[in-house]
Amino acid sequence: MLLRAFQSVVGILFLAHVSVVSAEMTIEIIGAGENQVPVAIVPFGGDGKLAQAIKDVMVGDLLRSGLFRTVGSGGISPHVPAEVSYPDWQARGAEALVIGTVAAKANGRTEARFQLLDVVKQTKLIDLAVSADDIQMRAIGHRIADLVYEKLTGDKGVFNTRIAYVNRIGQKYNLIVADCDGYNEQIVLSQNDLIMSPAWSPDGSHLAYVSFETGHAVVYVQSLYTGQRKVLADFEGSNSAPAWSPDGKQLAVVLTRDGSSQIYLARPDGSGIRRITFSDGIDTEPNFSPDGQYLLFTSDRGGSPQIYRMPVKGGMEQRMTFGEGNNFSPRHSPDGKGFVYTHFSSGKFFIATQDFKTEQMEILTEGGWEKKPSYAPNGKLIMFASEGRGRGILATVSSDGRVKQRIFSQSGDAREPVWGPYP
Amino acid sequence: MKKLVISVVLVSLLAACASEKPKETVSTPKADEPVAAAPVAETPAAVAAPEVAETAAPAAVAEIDQLNDSSSILSKRSTYYPFDVSAVQETDKPLVQAHAKYLSEHPERNVRLEGNCDERGSNEYNLALGQRRADGVKKMLILGGTKASQIKSVSYGEEKPKATGHNEDSWKQNRRTDIVY
Repeated sequence: MLLRAFQSVVGILFLAHVSVVSAEMTIEIIGAGENQVPVAIVPFGGDGKLAQAIKDVMVGDLLRSGLFRTVGSGGISPHVPAEVSYPDWQARGAEALVIGTVAAKANGRTEARFQLLDVVKQTKLIDLAVSADDIQMRAIGHRIADLVYEKLTGDKGVFNTRIAYVNRIGQKYNLIVADCDGYNEQIVLSQNDLIMSPAWSPDGSHLAYVSFETGHAVVYVQSLYTGQRKVLADFEGSNSAPAWSPDGKQLAVVLTRDGSSQIYLARPDGSGIRRITFSDGIDTEPNFSPDGQYLLFTSDRGGSPQIYRMPVKGGMEQRMTFGEGNNFSPRHSPDGKGFVYTHFSSGKFFIATQDFKTEQMEILTEGGWEKKPSYAPNGKLIMFASEGRGRGILATVSSDGRVKQRIFSQSGDAREPVWGPYP
Repeated sequence: MKKLVISVVLVSLLAACASEKPKETVSTPKADEPVAAAPVAETPAAVAAPEVAETAAPAAVAEIDQLNDSSSILSKRSTYYPFDVSAVQETDKPLVQAHAKYLSEHPERNVRLEGNCDERGSNEYNLALGQRRADGVKKMLILGGTKASQIKSVSYGEEKPKATGHNEDSWKQNRRTDIVY
């Protein structure tokens, strides 16, 4: 195993025209992965306050994945590999150990140098330095957690990704971008009119969304860097359900300009609009496959709302969901092998997945008020809108259904979460 | 003041009439006018009506009040639907037809049709369903003589519920198209 130390600079997104909302999150975790890796995380040496902040973020991330449990350090605090006595950690049952040091640099940045050690094999798995601007302290913890997660599970970590969602407080609607654990909320748009269906551009630089500020549903595309926005579609009736193609060169959008809600393609500047579905019913909620060749969508052409699939170029439209109940809001898994959707039956909404090959529905949640699922970019977690304590909340479930978490923000109804791409 | 009183009396009389025979109420003002044959001539008369109200034109006064008359069918401004249905129901057709007639006789008036749904669906599906409900009313208004330019149809889907309970009592109030003047 090749060990290299290098400088990993954490990318920082500057959101123009946004304000940071300070909010305390409460996160409940239910369930656990089949095999949890016991990991010990020692508070880093150096600035005690910074060290604690980084540790808290890392522990939170790893626990929320459901794939780890933490092992106490028992008062021993090694900060460099030379100080580690492996038998001590073996005795505590730890299989992995994270140690390091953190320091504020002269250029206004903070740097954490850390090591991930394999306690059983007594080897060094990672030795890296991660840095970020002081205002992005949490990003360092997320980045280290990603690297640890990746090394120990073999899957890419998503702790440094962001989510977008709509928070409704009274009559006010806020379009929010936040870290995927709900922290670092930044308001992209705030108004007294309804905001719906945010959609990330594949490079994370833009959000498309539906706003009712002119009295009806209009689709906008807004840059998260400059705050500038453009109307994507403002035709008579409703303009809605934007979805980006994987190459970011076009969006699928739902318009009623020719009658019933149908799916159209448009360039991100709103030009080149052309219709691609031709049913008498409702066709909505398009979602591109990762290879850009297919669309999943919701249609009632068969008499009730179900999931369908069609080639983007046009051609055979195929019904994907059958059986009892209605189905909505499909989204491809990042590996393109299946999709997640909202299943409605017996008066309850469930989050469900289906594999394209087996065509079997797998229900992941207990059911209730659960809508608009969206995959994390590594496909391991699914975020969706739920209800708790009488409010709209964000929730996640692991794609195997084993681990669930509910995220309570400070106030308001959180709705319509959508997981952003890798930074 | 006297004229005002007369107007009120006239309205009350019409109202009494309306509550017994709602369909006649709609046709009553029309009977005083040449109607369909000369729709263009209607416009100036209706616009001028408030100014000449002092001297005459009780029909015009009654007509304007008709929209605000709580016993007129025109005071009903909502159509209701079964779950996942967007067609105007038989019971609501007389109400939509009455508005169609009123709007065709008042081309200066505009309406906004707002489609709504209960919460049992995705919000995007319900936005589409609410739009189809509003557009269904729009089609019927146009068939009844209303000009398309007088109508704007929009949808709020499930997002602006009138009743917020998670039960049929709330849902049936939310499956609705509002006719907003």
